[in-house]
Amino acid sequence: MALTIGSLLALSFVISLIALLFLIWGITGGQFDVDQRDANIIFTADDAVNHKDRDHRFDTEAAGIDEVSRGPVRVLIASAILWLVLGSIFGLISSLKMHWPDLLDQWAPLTFGRLRTLHLNAVAYGWSSLGSLAAVMWLIPRIFHTPLRFPRLPLYGAVIWNAGLAAGLIAIALGWTDGLEWLEIPWQIDGALAVGGALFAIPLIASALSRQVNHIYVSGWYFIAALCWFPVLFIIANFPYVHSGAEQAAVNWWFAHNVLGLWLTPLGVGIAYYFIPKIIGKPIYSYSLSLVGFWGLALFYSQVGIHHLIGGPVPTWLVNVSIVHSVMMFLPVIAVAVNQHVTMVNNLWALRDSYPLRFVWLGALMYTAASLQGSVEALRSVNTIAHFTHYTVGHAHLGVYGFVAFVLFGFVYEVGPRLVGRPWPWPALIPLHYWLVLVGFAIYFVALTVGGWLQGKVMLDALRPFADSVTLLKPYLEARSLGGTLMTLGHFIFAFHVAALFMQRAPQTLARTAA
Amino acid sequence: MNRVFPLAILALAILAFATLVLVVAPGLQVGAVGPTPGLQPYTAQQLRGRDQYVSLGCVYCHSQQPRSLAQAPDSDRGWGRAAVASDYYYDRPHLLGTMRSGPDLFNIGARLPSQGWQLTHLYQPRAIAPWSIMPAYPFLFVHKDKAETGDVVVALTQNYAPKSGVIVARPEALDLVAYLQGLKHDQPPPASAPRDAGYDRGAER
Repeated sequence: MALTIGSLLALSFVISLIALLFLIWGITGGQFDVDQRDANIIFTADDAVNHKDRDHRFDTEAAGIDEVSRGPVRVLIASAILWLVLGSIFGLISSLKMHWPDLLDQWAPLTFGRLRTLHLNAVAYGWSSLGSLAAVMWLIPRIFHTPLRFPRLPLYGAVIWNAGLAAGLIAIALGWTDGLEWLEIPWQIDGALAVGGALFAIPLIASALSRQVNHIYVSGWYFIAALCWFPVLFIIANFPYVHSGAEQAAVNWWFAHNVLGLWLTPLGVGIAYYFIPKIIGKPIYSYSLSLVGFWGLALFYSQVGIHHLIGGPVPTWLVNVSIVHSVMMFLPVIAVAVNQHVTMVNNLWALRDSYPLRFVWLGALMYTAASLQGSVEALRSVNTIAHFTHYTVGHAHLGVYGFVAFVLFGFVYEVGPRLVGRPWPWPALIPLHYWLVLVGFAIYFVALTVGGWLQGKVMLDALRPFADSVTLLKPYLEARSLGGTLMTLGHFIFAFHVAALFMQRAPQTLARTAA
Repeated sequence: MNRVFPLAILALAILAFATLVLVVAPGLQVGAVGPTPGLQPYTAQQLRGRDQYVSLGCVYCHSQQPRSLAQAPDSDRGWGRAAVASDYYYDRPHLLGTMRSGPDLFNIGARLPSQGWQLTHLYQPRAIAPWSIMPAYPFLFVHKDKAETGDVVVALTQNYAPKSGVIVARPEALDLVAYLQGLKHDQPPPASAPRDAGYDRGAER
């Protein structure tokens, strides 16, 4: 054992040395130079001139450059929203079942253990992933100043990914699952998602290589890294017959946290890094700080996963590694927060004008909150209470819903009209969606945070029966269902509005625009 | 940053390093430990029951990893001693779980060994514990006019029993119960088996 650990330490030392050499080479070669002026590459000549006029205006310059990517982006947005609606229904029924346990209990596919899994997979791999990929495909021409290369690949990618996910969900509903949280889709089907992911990575890298600006904008760093990471992660974690037992649990949580930290998070942060300054019309606060945020995320987020096994049957050193890295996440999170929020706070007027900006910035704000909360939650003293409770469920939704979904709502509202060349048919539905999901999610999060904490306290009290931890949760679970209902309603309105925008006939809208 | 490949390679190198620390290293350390002495492999029926447990998603509400008394009163609740890595030797997929909407089940076979209790509880948890929010699994049972030879009849109180006939366990329910009855991890843990000892002051492992 001492030999194994010793050789691993030696190996990690060698790898650190190589990384250090890489870094020195990069710095001397100017690879890591960023200049505040580079932050301006997302703006076009007429940007930042007249912000108020810009809303819903179709950008003719972008029209030419978007010609080839418009199709894939539409397909990706449409399928993402379909998964959002389905995933919300699964989630809402799961939530109802936690306080009405006899609801829909006659058929195995509708049992809680399967519906909850359908919910997670539909919203994580359907809505969040495909929605983010839509944003990536839309932003590629904007940050690289060149049309999307291989524009048919994302279309194939979308088809393969959607088919794989649909097959995976049907398998789960019928009881065929790999049985690991976040990895339930049977490995025989997983290949589709890995191939699909690669089909998005190729156009991104090809477009980056043939870009018409020297600098790669910060969003591009996150996108390139995320699309390189995902296929690797997904294949390693799903490779069958390699792991079992406690060791498999470590692999499971290495993956499950990386799919958040190295996939959804960099995509969401990258999207926010584009839209916040773009909508405001002013560059981000400190462009060089974004380097710290990016490399910090890569270094620290990749090793936090085992904080899901604190107190569990895995080596102490392993748990400690993840706790330390979880706390180190403060660094990149604060770097991103300073960049995005200072930019926003200096331009608060813009929030009044733009619902897309409200969505994106609120999402960025919830990213900061979820990350800081997550770092604290990894501390042993806090984890003892919060682990195994609904507190963690609240936290997970603050990250994946509060952050990723909000950023994506903002993205769809911002680009929808530019995508089809028509304004939103019923602009009043946008604030309605905004307030429904905001109020709904506030109820959701507060209920689970308070209820989960109390649940954890009761479970730690040897003098109180386990049943107390169940009965005390009931009102909080009901409140969660209420919040979830409002969120789901908001999603229905969102889906309806996007469908109306996409399917609207052009002549009608010309009249509307003229009026 | 103005180059695509250095960026991508460095990003992948960082992931490779994380994989080394979080996947390969624990794999080597945990993989070197055999099963806890005295731990029995699952029988064919228990494995079928375990498949039911996996397929119905029991893991989303029930953990299988009691913690040490230094951290939490798990063993006071009858959930068993703190689990060590070697207790999971035969587990594929692992079912450690991350949620305790229901109690930990790592020693349910020792705590509630009765087949009858488990069957009634699976058919309708609220027939036993009115406060329970566990789903009922009526599809693991079949309603018959009259029990045939070899049928295992579920004992039910009047308010949950059918108006006529009996509720009989399907093989799936019997398998699942056999798995639950086999969940006993009371063997003394080997000293070399890893476990997060971060809460046990002065007991560094």
